[in-house]
Amino acid sequence: MKEPQIIVIGNGMVGYKFCEKLRSKTKSFKIIVFGEEPRRAYDRVHLSEYFNGKTADDLSLSTENWYQEQDITLFLNNPVTQIDREHRKVYTANGADYSYDILVFATGSGAFVPNIPGIEKDGVFVYRTIEDLDLISGYAKKAKTASVIGGGLLGLEAAKALIDLGIEKTSIIEFAPRLMPRQIDAAGSDMLKSKLADLGLHIHLNKNTTSIEGDGRITALKFSDDTVIDVDMLVISAGIKPRDELAKACGVEVGARGGIIVNEKMQTSDPAIYAIGECALYDGMIYGLIAPGYEMAEVLATNLCQGDKAFTGFDMSTKLKLIGIDVASFGDNFITEPDCRTIIFENKHKGVYKRINVSNDGQYLLGGILIGDATAYNLLLQTSNNRIVLPENPEELILGARGGSEPAGGAGITGLPDSALICSCEGVTKGDICAAVADGSCENIDDLKKCTKAGTGCGGCLPMVKDLMTYTLKSQGKYIKNVICEHFNYSRQELFDLIHIHELKSYDEVLDALGKNDGCEVCKPLVSSLLASLWNEMILKKGNDVAQDSNDRFLANIQKGGSYSVVPRVPGGEITPDKLIVIGEVAKKYNLYTKITGGQRIDMFGAHLNDLPIIWEELIAAGFESGHAYGKGLRTVKSCVGSTWCRFGLHDSVSFAIRIEERYRGIRAPHKFKSAVSGCIRECAEAQSKDFGIIATEKGWNLYVCGNGGSKPQHALLLATDLDSETCIQYIDRFLMFYIRTADPLTRTATWLNKMEGGIDYLRNVIINDSLGMAAQWENEIENLIASYKCEWKEAVENPAIRKRFSHFVNAPEDKDPTIEFVEMRGQKRTAEWKTL
Amino acid sequence: MKEQSNWLAACRVEDAIENGGVCVKHGEEQIALFYFTRRNEWYATQNECPHKKQMALSRGMIGSTTDEPKVACPFHKKTFSLSTGECLSGDECAIKTYPVKIENGTVYIGTTPKS
Repeated sequence: MKEPQIIVIGNGMVGYKFCEKLRSKTKSFKIIVFGEEPRRAYDRVHLSEYFNGKTADDLSLSTENWYQEQDITLFLNNPVTQIDREHRKVYTANGADYSYDILVFATGSGAFVPNIPGIEKDGVFVYRTIEDLDLISGYAKKAKTASVIGGGLLGLEAAKALIDLGIEKTSIIEFAPRLMPRQIDAAGSDMLKSKLADLGLHIHLNKNTTSIEGDGRITALKFSDDTVIDVDMLVISAGIKPRDELAKACGVEVGARGGIIVNEKMQTSDPAIYAIGECALYDGMIYGLIAPGYEMAEVLATNLCQGDKAFTGFDMSTKLKLIGIDVASFGDNFITEPDCRTIIFENKHKGVYKRINVSNDGQYLLGGILIGDATAYNLLLQTSNNRIVLPENPEELILGARGGSEPAGGAGITGLPDSALICSCEGVTKGDICAAVADGSCENIDDLKKCTKAGTGCGGCLPMVKDLMTYTLKSQGKYIKNVICEHFNYSRQELFDLIHIHELKSYDEVLDALGKNDGCEVCKPLVSSLLASLWNEMILKKGNDVAQDSNDRFLANIQKGGSYSVVPRVPGGEITPDKLIVIGEVAKKYNLYTKITGGQRIDMFGAHLNDLPIIWEELIAAGFESGHAYGKGLRTVKSCVGSTWCRFGLHDSVSFAIRIEERYRGIRAPHKFKSAVSGCIRECAEAQSKDFGIIATEKGWNLYVCGNGGSKPQHALLLATDLDSETCIQYIDRFLMFYIRTADPLTRTATWLNKMEGGIDYLRNVIINDSLGMAAQWENEIENLIASYKCEWKEAVENPAIRKRFSHFVNAPEDKDPTIEFVEMRGQKRTAEWKTL
Repeated sequence: MKEQSNWLAACRVEDAIENGGVCVKHGEEQIALFYFTRRNEWYATQNECPHKKQMALSRGMIGSTTDEPKVACPFHKKTFSLSTGECLSGDECAIKTYPVKIENGTVYIGTTPKS
């Protein structure tokens, strides 16, 4: 008997997934796919990433040979134009015809374009395909202002894309009184609106566009309230329209407002024809998300292979990140009193809005909305979907338990049943994930993704997948080890102790004794940092020089273009007029750009590699030394002017800052660390934002630890109060050595503390009460480091072998790199832009 | 491999940096020369990192992944195979590689790229 032939119309995400699922079950059909677009199926969910560097190839769902390997015939750029149901044939754009036994519509949807006068003008786009994106990015080059019609999920994605394309002013026009009207309520919309406004987006709600103005090319939008907005381009994202025109033309039943009507087997009014994805209308509803589309593909593929599965609707819960803002809705998100009880948490200061709807008996979670912080989403969704009985205080689900330090997430996953659907895109349950980990086939997230496909769709479930993996590994008693790289099967802490015990002094010795192969850019700087923390020898000693990170290698910071910047130490930020003059003279002589840093010193930019040694020599002669701005070690100890001048000052903060900076200068650590001393509680030195900070009190000093600025600012926590200067320094000594010995690579003190079991209470016990019995050893170790301090710049310029390396060309030592370019700006030089886009 | 007729005398063996790189001037061009002492191998590549067009590869750290010798650009740690020039960080860009030979203590670089 001849193999039955299946024709799939449409090569989008759902069409592709159907082929994949069918082929994983059987080889026995002949499959032909017709696509209208010129490329293989791609990830439309992450389409906007096309604008931040992903290529069409990155977005592609399959490899070039996939269809061939699966014995599937794929026609691209060749849409089906007509269907003859009587003879079971399709005709394509290039005139050929093909017979089918089974026909599958996976035609998806197109952009819904409202009938506004002027819609045909140049500069008006839809946001649907890679081709649309190419047109938009081409036009955006000459546009300064843009609007998006549609404040739904896709409209906000489109607005983000316009910001990424460098449009100066982007506005969103929404007909409804709120943003994302299908997902969030009015209060959630208000919160989202104010967060989007902070990012420079202009939001207009309740706006009905009546015409698009302009002579051939769009120049403005007119609204029913007679207002006008000038725009250079417009992207329409006002919803989707199922692609049912072919079905309609051949007499297959479609819905009044579009969509090919299907039953629970995805079958249309013609028993030989099926429809899946966004073109299918089930029970009066179009399912415009990827997960239900994949479920439809699964249902059809199963039934074609004599299985029995039905599509009975789908959970439309979603979580996404819009321009960095979490937005999520789940379950019955809009249900209100008296049908439920709602619990609402709103924090306008942080831009967080959370609403959960609880059944009237307080037993079950019905649904909810999260804006600004959706970390609880997966757990809430599971609690709602699996009808897990709520705890006594359900508000803790969105507020976190107060008082206890146990995070809500960790305990939550253990309570889920094995049938809980974790990845709804690929239909993977908690049981599937735990089983794949438990049988030993997956020990990391990449394996797990390959083996179960969990997290390969929208990716929203990945944090929970990781938690489940860790939980399963731990419950099997497996030790989860943080190894450095393929060359060292140790954690940083283990390596620290091993190097210490074996008294290893160079990278090669460490690699020979404890590692394997040739090393790499991960383990080299890490080992170099450990060697420096342990022995404090010159870091550019032969052999160790090539194992240093870029900046340590040349004792300066490499900048855009390949020049370096030079920062001499200015302890406590105190500097004499004579020294200021020297910095000015050196900068002038070597044509350097100067800028005051955030750490109360002066940075000189634009030095050629060849000039570094002579610049340092001149600085050293005037009494300066290296400021270690390039190293993972102490940067600056900032200070306010203190009691010597300030009428509020309680103690001499400058003197104490200088003492501390000179004590810890040059000490290498897992990451950079900073400090500050304030002379009174007004805190002008901002000590509470530092790795360790000191604030004067009436009785002495308060010591704060583990704060930082940077991408994730965190305030330092109070470790001890009213200390005398000696005790304060003793505690800092212990604190630093504990950090240096135990932190993971490139971990600041704040993150180190966040990961520490027991938190600040534990740390206080170790530092103040010496609960580990290590204090004396640490104090001894840090005294050795302090005693062996030498200025690295001085050692480098005085050692001919090291100094020789400060030239750009080995065969022309006098020549500087001719490709370094500077341009003028505000009377100084600056580096030329990257030569790439 | 293309036939090599032009050999540039780059430097003495003792001027090269053990397990590291130096930059060699060749007219307007810059070539990075690596002495991978640990493997007793020599490699030469273009000095420019194609990612942001920076003359920097000779200042990068070298190492290996499985057995593939590689260099990491000091700017953004993109890594490239020293033997084939292929980018190992998943990008499309590749770098030119050149043959190297040692005669009487002098390092010669063949100035017609291998790839």
